[in-house]
Amino acid sequence: MQESAFLLGQVFNGVSVASLFVLAALGLALSFGLMRVINMAHGEMLMLGGYLAYMTLSVVPGPLGILVALPVAFLGAALLGAVLEFAVIHRLSARPLDTLLATWGVSLVLQQAARNLFGAIGVQVIAPTWLNHTVTLHSGPFSGLDLPFTRLFILLVAAIVLGAIALLLNKTRLGLYVRAVNQDRPVAAAMGVNARLVDLLVFSLGTGVAGLAGVILALLGPVTPTVGQSYIVPAFLVVILGGLGSLVGTTIASLIIGLFTALIEIFVDVSVAQVLLLVFVIVFIQFRPQGVITVRSRALEG
Amino acid sequence: MALKHIGLAAALLASTMLGTVPARADGTVKVGVLQSLSGTMAISEVPLEDAELLAISQLNAKGGVLGKQIVPVEEDGASDPSTFAQKATKLLQEDKVVTVFGGWTSSSRKAMLPVFQRLHGLLWYPVQFEGNECSPNIMYSGAQPNQQALPALTWAEQKGYKKIFLIGSDYVYPRTANLILKKHIAHDGLTLSGEEYVPLGGTDFSSIVAEIQKAGPDIIINTLNGDSNVSFFKQMAAAGLTPDKLPVMSFSIAEPEAKAMGPSLLAGSYTSWNYYQSLPGQTNADFVAAYKAKYGADSVVDDPMVHGYVDVEEWAAAVTKAGTFDPKAVRNAAVALGFEDSPLGSVKFAPNLSMVQTGYIGELQPDGQFKIIWTSPGPITPQPYDALTFPGKSCVAHTAF
Amino acid sequence: MKLSAKHYVGAAVLLFGAFAPLIINPYELSLLGRFLALSILAMGIMLIWGEGGILSLGQGVFFGLGGYALALHLKLEGLDIANGDMPDFMTWSGVSALPYFWYPFANPWFSLACVVLIPGAVAAAFSWLVFRRRIGGVYFALITQALALAFSTLLISQQAYTGGFNGLTDYSTFDGFDITSTGAAQVIYWITFAFVVAAYFTLRWLLSTRWGIMLRATRDGENRVRFLGHNPLPYKVGAFTIAGILAGIGGALFTLHAGVVSPALVGVVPSIEMVVWVALGGRNVLWGAIAGTLLVNFAKDQISSALPSLWLYGLGALFIFAVSFLPAGIAGLFKPGSPEERVYRRILNRRKLETAE
Repeated sequence: MQESAFLLGQVFNGVSVASLFVLAALGLALSFGLMRVINMAHGEMLMLGGYLAYMTLSVVPGPLGILVALPVAFLGAALLGAVLEFAVIHRLSARPLDTLLATWGVSLVLQQAARNLFGAIGVQVIAPTWLNHTVTLHSGPFSGLDLPFTRLFILLVAAIVLGAIALLLNKTRLGLYVRAVNQDRPVAAAMGVNARLVDLLVFSLGTGVAGLAGVILALLGPVTPTVGQSYIVPAFLVVILGGLGSLVGTTIASLIIGLFTALIEIFVDVSVAQVLLLVFVIVFIQFRPQGVITVRSRALEG
Repeated sequence: MALKHIGLAAALLASTMLGTVPARADGTVKVGVLQSLSGTMAISEVPLEDAELLAISQLNAKGGVLGKQIVPVEEDGASDPSTFAQKATKLLQEDKVVTVFGGWTSSSRKAMLPVFQRLHGLLWYPVQFEGNECSPNIMYSGAQPNQQALPALTWAEQKGYKKIFLIGSDYVYPRTANLILKKHIAHDGLTLSGEEYVPLGGTDFSSIVAEIQKAGPDIIINTLNGDSNVSFFKQMAAAGLTPDKLPVMSFSIAEPEAKAMGPSLLAGSYTSWNYYQSLPGQTNADFVAAYKAKYGADSVVDDPMVHGYVDVEEWAAAVTKAGTFDPKAVRNAAVALGFEDSPLGSVKFAPNLSMVQTGYIGELQPDGQFKIIWTSPGPITPQPYDALTFPGKSCVAHTAF
Repeated sequence: MKLSAKHYVGAAVLLFGAFAPLIINPYELSLLGRFLALSILAMGIMLIWGEGGILSLGQGVFFGLGGYALALHLKLEGLDIANGDMPDFMTWSGVSALPYFWYPFANPWFSLACVVLIPGAVAAAFSWLVFRRRIGGVYFALITQALALAFSTLLISQQAYTGGFNGLTDYSTFDGFDITSTGAAQVIYWITFAFVVAAYFTLRWLLSTRWGIMLRATRDGENRVRFLGHNPLPYKVGAFTIAGILAGIGGALFTLHAGVVSPALVGVVPSIEMVVWVALGGRNVLWGAIAGTLLVNFAKDQISSALPSLWLYGLGALFIFAVSFLPAGIAGLFKPGSPEERVYRRILNRRKLETAE
């Protein structure tokens, strides 16, 4: 394999990891923009998506089971998200730090429930055979580059989801409300926007997207009670880098983190890469504390 | 601060209540069973504890040891080394157990070691580990590096594999095992084509798969732990590198992991252990049957579980030979025992307190069991210090306690 | 000054604490000692979170820094490092000579100074970097969580220098004194108890000063503080540094009690569990932080062995319950006029009415 192909391969890997981060972080970022709360149980929505994929595939086996699993996981996670928003987050949203702790409690309970229901060792979702192919370039400057179908599929799902949400936010009335509440909640409410409903809808939309991410994770690894935990900290960093409630900001931040990790891993091992990522984030906020995209100033909050 | 009292009082009350369960009449003797029942290691350690408890109940059914029924005192190490140390202290000081079976991670063993040395206890440790330790207070039945890792390398050389890629979870066993392997790879004239580590529980292997594709090794020696294995094999398969195209030799995948990961993902990959459920022999057949009868027909057994089981049997044999439960006398008797038949085959403890046992290489079959494709020529004498990597170091026979 | 019931209870607790080694057995004493060490850290969380409004999900990092600073020395004690002796783990990690940064730790007093200085310096630098860009609240909590993850990953991956996943264990002496005997355990307990008492009264005093008032003002309205011409940065960085130092001292004492320091204590999950001790005990009351720490840890010690699965549900429920319904924690039940106390009194009154009928 040529050096250039290897490098491009790492860029591709970075983008592929970024597409997972964006799906995992989008819900966090959107709800954070609206309500200023972080849902620590967001990782468990990924977990739920994974388990729903597992259950769907046992009912609908065959090559297209995974395509059925996507909407099932979306709806399941969105529903649980709605319950969570209604029962815990909404009640506490005046106290963002307490919400954070309470949702951490929810995440412990959900993990233990998964452990009791499905066993600690996790379950397996076998990728359909049509995903087990790779596109290999045989000529040109990047000859030898392998592009696995699984990773192309992930990119495709992420692109479709991002496109759909962009349309929703920019072209629909609901999107208008979301942007309005995001920019100024009291004024939006005074104009007759049902901010409470907007919160609920956006929150469950976000958890639904996390459910989709869970299905995709199941193609790449095991579905275990703690599967969400390994993606949740990078997702938080995406939120910090991305800026408040911005779709573009979240996408760019995911790309930055995905590419940074993939490229730095050429030189150092994964553990050190994790440390350098944190250093990078701290350095980054020295220069752009408001994040990649600014909707509202962060400096005068609270 | 009044609540401190309440908390303490509640705790004291609870501890006395729990403490009274193994009522110590004349006809019983207490042993400790200390594994992680909660936390990340519970998944591996709970079945191990089941195997230890099975051995204890079988001994009791046969009339106990020295005429006494054995009462296991179970404690949770909670996957945390300082908790292991704390519970080991409790077992020795409060419960006054005569011996303890337990531990899985090296960190748990390292944390318990000073406790056992200070309180003159005896610990039976059943898991393969990185060697480089010989405490007079620990019986090491799990494999030393020269009983699991090096046989795998010998086998790979015999198969003609020359370029070797090492991948592991980022913790003590993989790093030390690979340190030893690297010395032998260089010494034997083989090529090391790469070495990579992922944090424990790591799930993203995209960069590492790319490194492997670039390096083009003949075989991968894999010391990944737990869930990371599934991610690794899935992402290798997605890149077209299935075990039949690029062989993988794993040290941490046994029957339960294979069953949970789905044998289809791993079929054709290799492992190195001192026990497989598929080993022939009546003793093993009886053990597997007893385990399934107690814990369910679809349960499987693996190397550490069997070592936990054999530890209890060896302890009983040593107590019988010594005629006392005194830990030091039991340890000395254990070393003096000859080869005993066990589910592992014929085993005994060497003077350095580690177990003399046979090494096997297994190939994973589609049914989740391993086909034994290589057996070491006879039982292997354990070497806590690899002579090539750590020249001049060795364990001496213990007299102190 | 008239002595109230509060004073008598306080004096009784102090007396019990001081004479505990003569009252309870060695195993219970070791538990109490190690949980008291944790409570020093918890008082730091009370300071930054309850009084400063800063939620840190990374206190395990400072706990670990303090623990490791002491453990580095304990591992070197008795080794002849001038002639090339090394801690055992370095041999099997492939290190051929003692790393340069280990050398100064051969001096016990350097090591003790580092228990305070390293966590303090790291806490000050980290919080200054983040707070100076006016990043706080939820963002700060998330960054500290990433810090906990990065620190524990780093400790594990740098096995040759840190002992890796195993951590550092098997100590025997400190400056020549045997620290493993039963007598030594009592001395270590008394040292811990003295630190708890000292930290308690120091923080009490600190919070009553002008500095304490400014810290609370920063919590309640950071921008107002700014508009009034004060810079909130020194208060926030100062509080975080003190909390870091307390965590470091707690970590060092815990290491002495437990005989081991390892990455298992510094990661994401232990760091957030530390917050729940304070959430349950009461985030605005110093004794609440101590009581919460002891209560949760004694409960964990008992429940997690007997019913491991129940413990996780219980811990999760505790998080939800404590912050939803008891924002001032158990201490709130004893505080006249607090919402908790009003609820508590209402229940009592209802019961009285019922019994009257």
